[in-house]
Amino acid sequence: MQRRVLKLLLPLVTGVLVIAAWYVRRATLSDDTQFLLPSPGQVLAALRDNREILTRAAWNTTQGALIGFGLAVVVSIAAGLVLSLSEWVRATLYPYLMILQMTPIIVIAPILVLWAGAGLKSVSIITFLISFFPLVVNTTQGLISTDRNLVELFRMHRARPWQELFLLRVPAALPYFFTGLRIAAVLAPIGAITGDFTAGSSAGDGGGLGFQALIYSNQAKYPALFATAGIGCVLGFIFTAAVLGLSWLALHQWHDSYERADK
Amino acid sequence: MSAPPIVEFRAVEKRFGNGPLVLGGVTLSAQPRDFVSLIGPSGCGKSTLLRLIAGLSPVSGGTLTVDGRPADPAPAADLAFVFQEPTLLPWLTVAKNVELAQQLHGVAAVQRTETRRRVLDLVQLTEKAGAYPRQLSGGQKMRVSLARAFSLSPKILLLDEPFGALDEMTREHLNEELLAIRERQAWTAFFVTHSVAEAVFLSHRVLVMAANPGRIHTEVPVDLPYPRTMETRLSPRFHDLVGQVSRILRSVETVAA
Repeated sequence: MQRRVLKLLLPLVTGVLVIAAWYVRRATLSDDTQFLLPSPGQVLAALRDNREILTRAAWNTTQGALIGFGLAVVVSIAAGLVLSLSEWVRATLYPYLMILQMTPIIVIAPILVLWAGAGLKSVSIITFLISFFPLVVNTTQGLISTDRNLVELFRMHRARPWQELFLLRVPAALPYFFTGLRIAAVLAPIGAITGDFTAGSSAGDGGGLGFQALIYSNQAKYPALFATAGIGCVLGFIFTAAVLGLSWLALHQWHDSYERADK
Repeated sequence: MSAPPIVEFRAVEKRFGNGPLVLGGVTLSAQPRDFVSLIGPSGCGKSTLLRLIAGLSPVSGGTLTVDGRPADPAPAADLAFVFQEPTLLPWLTVAKNVELAQQLHGVAAVQRTETRRRVLDLVQLTEKAGAYPRQLSGGQKMRVSLARAFSLSPKILLLDEPFGALDEMTREHLNEELLAIRERQAWTAFFVTHSVAEAVFLSHRVLVMAANPGRIHTEVPVDLPYPRTMETRLSPRFHDLVGQVSRILRSVETVAA
């Protein structure tokens, strides 16, 4: 009980200390440099004043993140199944997956804008590109890491290939898949914001958080810029929390990672 | 001895790829309901011998007949394998794990449930039906593994050091349980072990194997009457046999070393 209270209390203490340090640092700045570090109060005020714009931008970013993330999940599962077929398939395709991962998004973005136009489509594709790699690598690893003894058990009982796949390989791959999903959940909102920053739409209300950050930066609205960063952070937390919840649902009953230490 | 043997090895050889002989000229036959233990130094091919019977691996020479059919390449249907590890699916409950073998063989759900109840009762784990493997002790997991094997009402039961990882008390308990279940199910058992006492306690015959190439060195018939119990372990005859097998095993291992 004491441990639980402490676990809740300690991060709060850290938060209070950080905010205190923030005020102290600001107080030591001279009047003409104070604009560099807006106070938490100013950030909150900016959040309130820009709430309509920021809500719309957050929603646009969320859409891009969700579409790209969802696409990455679906494609990575399909790709993982194909890649798990044999080491030859992996040898054939892995270098190109690496190339996909290594190519800087900043460079790809203008090409995408050229092909798909600025806006949601390009943002979703960039999110997909950023979150796809950890998903496909982990899913494939999971599908090929099935316990040899269990595979033999299935073969001995003359399991059909689809039984081996759905009753053995897929459930055995779930912990790996969720590891990939957790990494991808952190990357997806970042990907969407990066995508928006580099390939966002300036037309109408199509801009997301990345695009809004550009505007605030150009307008020297620094408190609003801080508020935008905060919203992006919250978005990341929401994505991660959702995935952790799903992971808990799928694994907590049987997987060792959810074994309580005090048991 | 008029019944045809259920498992018959005739001059069976086994090598993997172009490697050396793992088994050389193994001849052996088992009657229905025989309990045969295989014991020997590591590398003598005892596990390989089981895998040949199971059809997990083809023979390289000679003939192997299982239940009247060649074992190679398809395994006989009425055959269950108990591995060294419990090999349970961690994401399934005990009940679902026990039903898995039948599920793979296409047994209908209603019948699966009925069989599962019966075999879980047999291994005294009825109250753990809803638990997940990680909630069980090592001995309990092995019981589930045995129950899964029994669920197929196998004619042949292949056990590859199933109790090797368990403490001595648990092992002795499970030995007794296995024999008690044998009274109710009519399988032929091939049992690989490193424990001489376990081999003698369980079997009609103990086959001491030698390595390079793997072969049957000596067959020791065990003339202790069934049912065997705690008392059996205390009898002078039991100790004689354990001594006899140990001496043979020692001589085989010295040659190998």
